[in-house]
Amino acid sequence: MKEKFYKGLIATALSTTLLSSAAFAEEVRVMWYSDGVEGEVMSDLLDRFMEKNPDIDVILDNVAYQVVSEQLPIALEAGNGPDIARVTNLKAQSEHWLDLTPYVADPAYWQENFGDKADWMRPDGSDAITGFMTQLTLTGGFANATLFEQAGVALPGADASWDDWVAASAEVAKSQGLVAAFALDRSGHRLSGPNVSFGANYIAADGTPAPIDDGVKAFVTKMVEWTNGGQNYRDVWVSAAGSSYRAAAEDFINAQIPYYYSGSWQIANLATKIGDDFDWVATGSPCGSDACSGMAGGAGLVAVKYTKQPEAVGRVMDYLASEEVVREFTERTLFLPAHKNVVASGGLNFDTDSDQVKAALSAFVEASGNVAPNAAALPAWKWASAYYGALVTRTGQAMAGELSLDEAFDRMNADIAEQVAQENQ
Amino acid sequence: MKAITFLTRRRGGDTWHWTDVVTFAWLGFGLIIMFGPAIWLVMSSFKSPAQLAEFPPTILPYVSETVEVPVKGTMKELPLYTVTTEGEAPRELAEVRRVGIIANMVDPADPETVIKVNINDRTPVRRVGLALENYAKPLRDFNFGLYLWNSVFVTGVATIITLITNSMAAFALSKYDFRGRNAVLLLIVATLMIPISVNIVPLYSVVSSLGLLNSLWGVILPTVATPTGVFLLRQYMLTIPDELLEAARMDKASEWQIYWRIILPLTAPALAVLAIFSVVWRWNDFLWPLIVLSRKELFTLQVGLNTFAGELNVQWHFILAMTVATMIPVVLVFVFLQRYITAGIAGTGLK
Amino acid sequence: MISNEKTTIGAVLSAPVRWLAEAIDIPMRWWQGIAGRPGMISFFLIPNLLIFGMFVLVPLFINIVYSVTGGTELFLSDRSYVGGAHFNRLLECENHFNPNSCREDLFWIALWNTIKFVFTQVSVMIVFAVITALILNGKIRARAFWRAVFFFPVLLSPVVVGLIWQWMLQRQGVFNFILFQFDAQAINWLTERTWAFGAAVGVSIWAHVGFYVLILLAGLQAIPRDLYEAAEMDGTPPARAFWRITLPLLWPNLLVVIVLALIRAVQVFDEVYVLTGGGPGTSNLYLTQYIYEVGFASILRNPGLASAASLIMASILVVLTLAQLGLTRWKDKK
Repeated sequence: MKEKFYKGLIATALSTTLLSSAAFAEEVRVMWYSDGVEGEVMSDLLDRFMEKNPDIDVILDNVAYQVVSEQLPIALEAGNGPDIARVTNLKAQSEHWLDLTPYVADPAYWQENFGDKADWMRPDGSDAITGFMTQLTLTGGFANATLFEQAGVALPGADASWDDWVAASAEVAKSQGLVAAFALDRSGHRLSGPNVSFGANYIAADGTPAPIDDGVKAFVTKMVEWTNGGQNYRDVWVSAAGSSYRAAAEDFINAQIPYYYSGSWQIANLATKIGDDFDWVATGSPCGSDACSGMAGGAGLVAVKYTKQPEAVGRVMDYLASEEVVREFTERTLFLPAHKNVVASGGLNFDTDSDQVKAALSAFVEASGNVAPNAAALPAWKWASAYYGALVTRTGQAMAGELSLDEAFDRMNADIAEQVAQENQ
Repeated sequence: MKAITFLTRRRGGDTWHWTDVVTFAWLGFGLIIMFGPAIWLVMSSFKSPAQLAEFPPTILPYVSETVEVPVKGTMKELPLYTVTTEGEAPRELAEVRRVGIIANMVDPADPETVIKVNINDRTPVRRVGLALENYAKPLRDFNFGLYLWNSVFVTGVATIITLITNSMAAFALSKYDFRGRNAVLLLIVATLMIPISVNIVPLYSVVSSLGLLNSLWGVILPTVATPTGVFLLRQYMLTIPDELLEAARMDKASEWQIYWRIILPLTAPALAVLAIFSVVWRWNDFLWPLIVLSRKELFTLQVGLNTFAGELNVQWHFILAMTVATMIPVVLVFVFLQRYITAGIAGTGLK
Repeated sequence: MISNEKTTIGAVLSAPVRWLAEAIDIPMRWWQGIAGRPGMISFFLIPNLLIFGMFVLVPLFINIVYSVTGGTELFLSDRSYVGGAHFNRLLECENHFNPNSCREDLFWIALWNTIKFVFTQVSVMIVFAVITALILNGKIRARAFWRAVFFFPVLLSPVVVGLIWQWMLQRQGVFNFILFQFDAQAINWLTERTWAFGAAVGVSIWAHVGFYVLILLAGLQAIPRDLYEAAEMDGTPPARAFWRITLPLLWPNLLVVIVLALIRAVQVFDEVYVLTGGGPGTSNLYLTQYIYEVGFASILRNPGLASAASLIMASILVVLTLAQLGLTRWKDKK
């Protein structure tokens, strides 16, 4: 008991000294979540910044993604929050981001290098600089080349359709005794690339959500049929209610499914966990009737409007957005960069000695040229998350056999309409 | 076998009564079902990420055996496999590299000759071993000591405040007759059943207005208001005879002295139960601390270990290891205080 | 027994605490002199009521205001009045027994699922708890050990409980591995409706049954042994003794167990949410999860709608409590 008490005293004393020494410097809080090593890399980069700028104390709060997705929106609504945050739901929360234009050294640099994605993170019609994308992501497929080879099935080519891929994978699954032919993450964002490939358009002429169209119906119908037929790995989609995210990466890593539709962010994860167990390749997005599109996306680092020291935030953001820092971050995390000049000048020396990883990264870079205009418009569209949520919830129910397809489409329309109505209240 | 005869005893006599069989079966079933998952959790926390994803799963954690072999002049660590080809005895070979479904392997004793083997004919050689890295890395990189201190602080302070305020209120509600007592009681019973998860947003706005966000007090105060404690203690205090209080008043005891010299000692079993449950609840609290605390120097253990859950990937091996580590204090509390839990629950009688 | 308790508390109250309490007595006496006994009552009540009011009653009040206002704003002054719109949206149905005909179908699915869950979980768990308590009350050795075996899951956090069982029940988990050993067909424990519901019920029983076993065991141990001996001498068969002696004398404890179990079951959330995410489809979507997601967790937050749903849930709980109070009164009169 006493010992605990003393330990407590020591801890209190320590924390007060820490706080008082920090009181001399301006404190900038960064809320950050990690899927892999990026938290460590970021922490390194910030340490270097603080060495050069002793008057700013940057604290990296590594949190669970759940905090970013659930706690941060409420905090922002209450006018709280960190100074800088790494966020994926950028557009819908854009009213809370700070316009950095007066606080960055060279707004023209920002516009030139991050300008094409600036609309993803600012309200419609605004020309604010609110932050930059720490990474771009693109959805796409991964195939287990070893399983295909063992089954004696050729990998479908670059123009192969969704039907071709599912048929080929089903053949592999059958011959190798696997649980399913393919899996697609439980996510509206993942579903949207293929939807657009089948001609879907979510955005009506006036910018509001359009009703569910034939493109969505075509691919969702296929997905439900593939689920009932056992080709689609059922567990991923039916193992949750509502709009919860579920990934199937573990099953692909464990060689239980020969084909997995996810995205570029999986590369580092697959490389570490699969190791030398089998050969895998990135395939880009299979084709639908209209296109072979994936969906772009990613996480952005944005400044929060409620900060008390915007100048310090501007300096931190300037540093993190500088070309050499972006380059180092990209190389060490194996992310796709969003910095125009880093992309244009090329020569990225990714921190890996795996040929598979390098091949996969370049496959995604190549596939980024195939993103259809309807898909490219979605990240900057404020109703995208409403649309994704309705898609996931109702498609999941249709796969579980609770709703017929027609009922599911009606419910999607109703869900989106309720959402629009609520916003206009 | 000795352990079994120690743990169970037949209903007397040498013959087996059917109730003995039922007892044995039920207890055996209970042991497997109740304890099995915990053992499995502990075992899994020592497995490497790749092994966690494996099917069929193994109970014990394994590590792959490697061997040092000279390849083109330099020594290399190569994974060892058992190779079984038809018509030959199984051999242990080291894999140099794999191309598609063909593995190039060498015999460690004869590293010059490359043998080509179909990958289905080889299985890795493994021995039981612990992936201690699951524990070591988080303990090193992640501020375990600080999180532990925060958890201890929250649990300790919340439990003390709960015990004091709840027992005072329960005393007033059980031993005095005053106007509005029934109204207070009804209010407490009515709110007894509303889970925090349905009230999060309003509670957040209250805590935010009070400036308690990113403060351990913001975690402590909302939880100590739990009506459960008041309810439990009041029910127990009702059984204390009023004559004791009257006698003390004759002896010029103040109401405060009655409370802490008579009521508190006599309520000890119920207080013990409340204390134990309060410790367990506060230690395991997850959702509310996650919402209030977003600064890393304030994280409790449960919040801290959740940072291994990213958007797209969850680092299970770390989560499992840290889960086991955070369970240890609760298990210790239980082992040492088991007697009080049972005595307390029996004593509270829960009328 | 009482002296034993005194030594326990004596050990807990070390000298400094005792001094402190004595020191507090000086201002206490002064206060009692001024305010009299009623003043002391408020002194004892106020700390708890202050915290209770601030963190339970005020949020409850805010909840009511939320339920009649719209938008995603947090502060009451920023929210616009919408009247009964949220309640209308929740309650609008062609047929209340068919969620698909309702405007807010997920709410009704969650409501019916909760009712189904409560009845199944509580009845199965109580049967289990009674049998276990009877066996532990029998002549066995190392009773403390066995009690601990059944009790320890109560100590685990719900998140851990959900995680462990998800791992064991997933398609490639231990359970299917056991089936695989016996050449049996693998079962999709968490993705077939019936199995997943069973798994949710089973896991929540696993997590809570120990607590109730302890309460029942305490009740059983309070039943005088000589009652059974007398019955045995009269040649009463054991089954009859159970119905005639054990059950009536156990009734007070059993009632407590039923009420507590009902309350807990209505609130079902954490472990089942981690275990199934509410799936497959919506077959394990319960009210608490619905409210949590609508009001807080989903991208499409609607705090007003969630508050309206939580008020409906609260009114169900109040009815349950009143029923319980009625039952106790009725029993006392008898």
